[in-house]
Amino acid sequence: MKHVIAVIVENKPGVLARVSSMFARRGFNIHSLTVGPTEDDAMSRMTVVVDGPEMEQIIKQLYKLVHTVKVTEFEPGTAIEREIMLVRVNADPKRRGEILDAARVWEARAVDVGVATITFEVTGPPERLADFLQLMNAYGIVSLAKSGRIALPRDQKSAKKQLKTA
Amino acid sequence: MPEQLTGAEALIRSLEYEGVEVVFGMPGGAILMAYDPLIESPIRHVLARHEQGAGHMASGYAHATGKVGVAVVTSGPAATNLLTALQDAYMDSVPIVAITGQVATTAIGNDAFQEAHTWGMSMPATKHNELITSADEIPDIIREAFHLASTGRKGPVLVDVPKDVLAATMTWHRPGAVRLPGYRPAVKGHPRQVKAAVDLIEQSEHPVLYVGGGVIAAGAAEELEQFAEMTQIPMVTTLMARGAFPDSHPLNLGMPGMHGTYTATTAMQRSDLLVTIGARFDDRITGDPKHFAPEAKVIHVDVDPAEIGKNRFADVPIVGDAKTVLQQLITETERRGPQPNREEWLATVHDWQGTYPLAYEQNPEGPIQQQYVIEEMLRITEGDATIVAGVGQHQMWASQFWRFEEPRRWINSGGLGTMGYAIPAAIGAKVGTPDEVVFAIDGDGCFQMTGTELITAAVENIPIKVAVMNNASLGMVKQWQNLFYDGRLSQTELSPTVPDFVKFAEACGGVGLRADHPSEVAEVIEQALAINDRVVVVEFTCDPEAMVFPMVPAGGSNDDLILSREDLA
Repeated sequence: MKHVIAVIVENKPGVLARVSSMFARRGFNIHSLTVGPTEDDAMSRMTVVVDGPEMEQIIKQLYKLVHTVKVTEFEPGTAIEREIMLVRVNADPKRRGEILDAARVWEARAVDVGVATITFEVTGPPERLADFLQLMNAYGIVSLAKSGRIALPRDQKSAKKQLKTA
Repeated sequence: MPEQLTGAEALIRSLEYEGVEVVFGMPGGAILMAYDPLIESPIRHVLARHEQGAGHMASGYAHATGKVGVAVVTSGPAATNLLTALQDAYMDSVPIVAITGQVATTAIGNDAFQEAHTWGMSMPATKHNELITSADEIPDIIREAFHLASTGRKGPVLVDVPKDVLAATMTWHRPGAVRLPGYRPAVKGHPRQVKAAVDLIEQSEHPVLYVGGGVIAAGAAEELEQFAEMTQIPMVTTLMARGAFPDSHPLNLGMPGMHGTYTATTAMQRSDLLVTIGARFDDRITGDPKHFAPEAKVIHVDVDPAEIGKNRFADVPIVGDAKTVLQQLITETERRGPQPNREEWLATVHDWQGTYPLAYEQNPEGPIQQQYVIEEMLRITEGDATIVAGVGQHQMWASQFWRFEEPRRWINSGGLGTMGYAIPAAIGAKVGTPDEVVFAIDGDGCFQMTGTELITAAVENIPIKVAVMNNASLGMVKQWQNLFYDGRLSQTELSPTVPDFVKFAEACGGVGLRADHPSEVAEVIEQALAINDRVVVVEFTCDPEAMVFPMVPAGGSNDDLILSREDLA
């Protein structure tokens, strides 16, 4: 089972190494990890997707790192989760139209078109990316890059509305 | 006009500002700048012969005094040599600040001479570490390092200081308030949990106080005694907690676990409630966790939330400082009035103590048994000595047979099991408590790892005493080969005559004594105690076949402890 956690850390050199080293030495598996700035220059936000059941230990061990300020585990459905991916698929000139039609439905942007391939940019909830990949599998995926997940908790006041539109 | 200092001067002044009296270390290229202002500083420097020794000295000093121990070494090989001592201190939650030199910031990453990635290598071996990149940061980072080392769950903190940072000029400023937004160690236990804990205690019929090194770290021995007496709960003290509670107290059942007393280990197995304070359900305590204390509910008091629920589910978790939480438990227990009568449970455990005492036999013709040496040392010193052990059979026997009556008189390497710990740690302990008799109990294997630190002790006039239990073996490993590898001994036999420990002691500037026969044991101990101006090494030629019992085989159930050689048949 995959869990999504947000880790607010002090924006200091080496903080990513501290977090990833802790995961490695405690034997916790990272599915994906992203890190970037926040609204506060002094803090960075990590979004970590982890496998495995030891969530309590993972959160406690994260808190033990001196530069960890706040750890939040998102219950399913309580966060806005997004991922970006670049996927290059085989696109024989004969099937190009068919592929582009399909991509349009998924709001995938063609960002590079070669002689025999098209590269799409897709942004959205992780499930949508997975569905698009499944669709493109039929044509043959040449290469793939994913950003890893980012997430923010939903604003409590608008939680219901957003759940419907996501 | 604001005072201009070099980074090196700021570093030494920052250490003075923390009240540091002594540092253990060795100079070298990258840290050279810092050694110059040390000449004028009131801080004493003890020149170790190896950086691992400097680290263990800082650890022994911290154990004996409760203060932060400080090690100062250079970059590269010095920093890597120090790593063992850092990991050791990390496992045993010993407050240490290590200062390492580093190549200049402009050279970092270029494979410069004596460059090592100290920050990266020490990260998993420390509570926290920092690389200083500007001399201006020195006062604040040193302040933070001491704060982190000595608060919450104590531990080692490393500060890596590049050469050009030491050489740079900065405007001296006293450190500001510590600003660590992510570091807020809990002190007070949650009142609701404290009440829940006392509820469980009142309902329990066979409670056991399971006490670990956290009680000593928190300075909570008095509170522990008060709480034990008012609740009449029998207590086990782990290897790291020996001395947290007097061994002479009838409620003390001694050390539990792999080489614990029958009564301590079995009381936990039969218990319906473990009142755990500053202990961490280590595998040497629990044996196979599936079979450990199967009926027991658990109250777990620890300053480190990550320990709670890590190895064993806690019915009542209490995050807080052991001293404060014990005070809360005392107040709540007092409020409740009379506590349950525990006479029947106490009679049961005291019965076990009578039936299954720690036992050995000393044949008057020899060979010398290590237990006998320890008991003779205890008798002759009347227990008034700080005992510092290495790792192995001698360590287990020292923990079993010495009677510890107060905290900080027993120093050893528990979690990491670092052979060679005893001699340097004893040096650190003696520096911190110069009026106490500090007696290292070491094995011949351990001694050969760090024995050259005797030179440090001799030259620096730190008159420690070392008992070398020479069984010409890596005794504990040999014991495992005898028990679990059909007696096929592989690389566990050492020379009975090389080195000559007496000559070695003399060559290092100390006095060497030897006892080959049981009748000589008391005499050499008395001789050693009479010499207080020099290092003394007493070699005891011990039984190479002796084994430590009781023993729970690794990974086995604590119900299946082996009491003696006869149990093996």
